Amino acid sequence: MTERAFQHPGINLAHAREEDHLHAEVTVFGFWVFLMSDAIIFAVLFATYASMTTRTNGGPTGAEVFQLSNAFIETLVLLFSSFAFGMASVALRESRVPTIYRWMGASLLLGLGFLGLELRELTGLIASGASPQVSGFLSSFFLLVSTHGLHVLAGSVWIVVMMVQIAVLGLRREVRSLLLRLGLFWQFLDLIWIVIFSVVYLPGVAQ
Amino acid sequence: MSDPWTGASTRIHRPQPSADATRERRGYIRGFGLALLLTAGSFGLVAFAHLPVAVLLPALGILALAQIVVHFRYFLDIDLSRSKREDLQLIQFSSLLILIMVGGSLWILYDLDQRMMS
Repeated sequence: MTERAFQHPGINLAHAREEDHLHAEVTVFGFWVFLMSDAIIFAVLFATYASMTTRTNGGPTGAEVFQLSNAFIETLVLLFSSFAFGMASVALRESRVPTIYRWMGASLLLGLGFLGLELRELTGLIASGASPQVSGFLSSFFLLVSTHGLHVLAGSVWIVVMMVQIAVLGLRREVRSLLLRLGLFWQFLDLIWIVIFSVVYLPGVAQ
Repeated sequence: MSDPWTGASTRIHRPQPSADATRERRGYIRGFGLALLLTAGSFGLVAFAHLPVAVLLPALGILALAQIVVHFRYFLDIDLSRSKREDLQLIQFSSLLILIMVGGSLWILYDLDQRMMS
């Protein structure tokens, strides 16, 4: 019963049994393969956006469409949410159930807040005549940002599901393993957002 | 066994404070601080420093890369240690694919743009 520390990314839970350890290692590696394929989807959307930035078709440009303050608030909300989930992962390691709920609830609320802000931004754009149909630039912008938004929505649903699972099943092995993967997914979404604000919003405002 | 990973039962485990958890908590806090600084740096450059685009874009790129590394290191717990080699190699391979696809697409489209519009 030797404990090998640091085998897979994400918060490592303490493993006492070799087969559990192997199971965790393999499933987490598989989840990384999924995350990286997802990253490639986003990369291609970024390439599409980057080649479309100047194709405004007489419609509004990035400088007219993007608000720096709004993007900054969205960034902060998502970063705080990511941090809150990190704290939930640490609490999971210590098996502190009330603390896990508290931090997961915080990251869920912040994630929903982010979605609300993004929805307000996108519907505001459509209302002001900057809808995806106007130009290649706006089509690729809406596609990229709403793909990320859909991921955040899926992650939020997953957080709710996991909170129910903790309540019903307790912190059993399968639940812990799923929480580990949810944590990776949630952190990954914040990673994508870094690229979104660095490639879309900041250069768009600066031009 | 008091180890949480062995518990297949439905009972809720007793909290187990551990030195590792303290270290990890500190890691998340440090990463969060660094990420906040880098984010503020990126937005600050655009909001307050009126740099020419030729300087601004590379600066934003470097800040974004730095923040990606911070997130991988502190939030996703990926570093250069030997036991995480496979995951690191997976990420490196994916990065290579992304570099080829994004770089190649932009290169070709820019080239076509130059030929057709000029």
